[in-house]
Amino acid sequence: MREEVILVLYPLITLVVIIFLWSVGVEIFDVPNYILPGPYSVLSTFIAAYSQGYIWTHLFFTFKSTVLGYFVGCGLGLILGSLLAESRTLEKFIYIYVVILQSIPKVALAPLIIMWFGFGIESKIVMVALICFFPVFINTFVGIRQPDPDLIDVLRVFSASRSLIFFHVKLPAAAGSIFAGLQIAVVLGLIGAVVAEFVASQYGLGTVIQSAALELDTSLMLTGVFSLALMGVAGSLLVRICHRKVVFWEEGRSQINRNVEVA
Amino acid sequence: MVSRERSSEAPILTAKKLSVVYATKRESITALKDLSFEVDIGEFVSVIGPSGCGKSTLAKVASGLVRPSGGEVLLAGTPVTAPSRDVGVVFQNPRLLPWKTVLSNVMVPARALRLDPVASQERAFELLRLVGLEGFANNYPHELSGGMQQRVGLARGLLPDPSVLLMDEPLAALDALTREHMSAELQRIWMATRKSVIFITHSISEAVFLSDRVVVLSNRPGRVIDDVPVNLSRPRDLDTMATPSFVEISNLLRKALDQMGASTRTDGTK
Repeated sequence: MREEVILVLYPLITLVVIIFLWSVGVEIFDVPNYILPGPYSVLSTFIAAYSQGYIWTHLFFTFKSTVLGYFVGCGLGLILGSLLAESRTLEKFIYIYVVILQSIPKVALAPLIIMWFGFGIESKIVMVALICFFPVFINTFVGIRQPDPDLIDVLRVFSASRSLIFFHVKLPAAAGSIFAGLQIAVVLGLIGAVVAEFVASQYGLGTVIQSAALELDTSLMLTGVFSLALMGVAGSLLVRICHRKVVFWEEGRSQINRNVEVA
Repeated sequence: MVSRERSSEAPILTAKKLSVVYATKRESITALKDLSFEVDIGEFVSVIGPSGCGKSTLAKVASGLVRPSGGEVLLAGTPVTAPSRDVGVVFQNPRLLPWKTVLSNVMVPARALRLDPVASQERAFELLRLVGLEGFANNYPHELSGGMQQRVGLARGLLPDPSVLLMDEPLAALDALTREHMSAELQRIWMATRKSVIFITHSISEAVFLSDRVVVLSNRPGRVIDDVPVNLSRPRDLDTMATPSFVEISNLLRKALDQMGASTRTDGTK
């Protein structure tokens, strides 16, 4: 109990100190509002934006494109990663191109994707999917390629089919690695959505931030940034919870890591 | 050496002039060379030898995972060329699937061999009772002790009702006390099932305690250098281990193994 209090209390103290320094700093150094407004000003803009309701449309747009793109990209990463890990032939034909594609900064493709898929939500979904694909693909591929040969022998001894070995040994054994990829993809996916919105969009938190920047409305910009931060944290948390529920057998082994994560 | 009485029936498992050569980049390693022995129906045979003598290779060949370079293993007269339902395997650290419950782990062979699920599940529960794990069907392996995990491995090996049970150092990963206890348990379970067993081990006392016969392998390349019958009445217990015949057989085996160690101190790689 006491430990949990410390886990919540200490970071909270840090937060209070930062906010205090922020508000005092802005006062003392007389920072102009368009450079950095005080925390109170940002908070009231934040509350106003959400109570007046107009930011919800943008939040929902970014949320939708991120979630849809996330599922498409991660799904493809999972499937293609599995296929390539299982088939040496396919690997020889395709792997090199996946690696080359991976080394392209996907953000650079954003204008092209807008050209191909339009200004609507489709281009955002594609961008997110593209960016989410790689971490999941690589982690699936590597995870499936590094199973415990001893466990595979167990199934081979009982004449198990290849698909049984894949679904009952290789895939579960790779689950931890796959979830690590899914974790990375959450944050990357959000980046993809915002970048695509920066390039061209009518909706989305990226659009809010950009138009606020043109009006030197720093409070609104920060409102957008904090909204994105909350989305990212919520997404990461959700994936982490799923990770623990699905890959329950690794829980005992990573006790120390978990504590670090919670802190 | 005492001459032993062979049953008139044909042996269930025969290793005939078995050779296994592994090719590595630089050289080829002969793991087994002209290894021959037999296991009769219902017989408990231990295979003992110095470490690196090819015991694990023998297990892999007998279970059909590795094809021999020469010779063959016959199971009821038919050569073993691939894993088959008739050889049940129990591994050293029991190799359970951590994402499956005890019951699902025991059921793995049923799924792999496409056995009738209802009948297999009944049999799985029966076997769990036999190995003393009644009530643990829905636990996960990480919730069990090492000894209990090995019991699950044993139940899994027995599930397809194989004609031969192959145990590859099943007790090696356990602590000393658990080992002793599990040896007694193995005897009890064996007496209840009367399977033909090949028990691979590097423990002399385990081999003598459990076996009808102990086959001694040489240093690599492994071949049979001695075949010692153990004519001790069953069930054996801790007192049996103090009897003169038990000690005598143990010493005989120890000498056989020691001599080998002395003759090839350089750990013959060839």
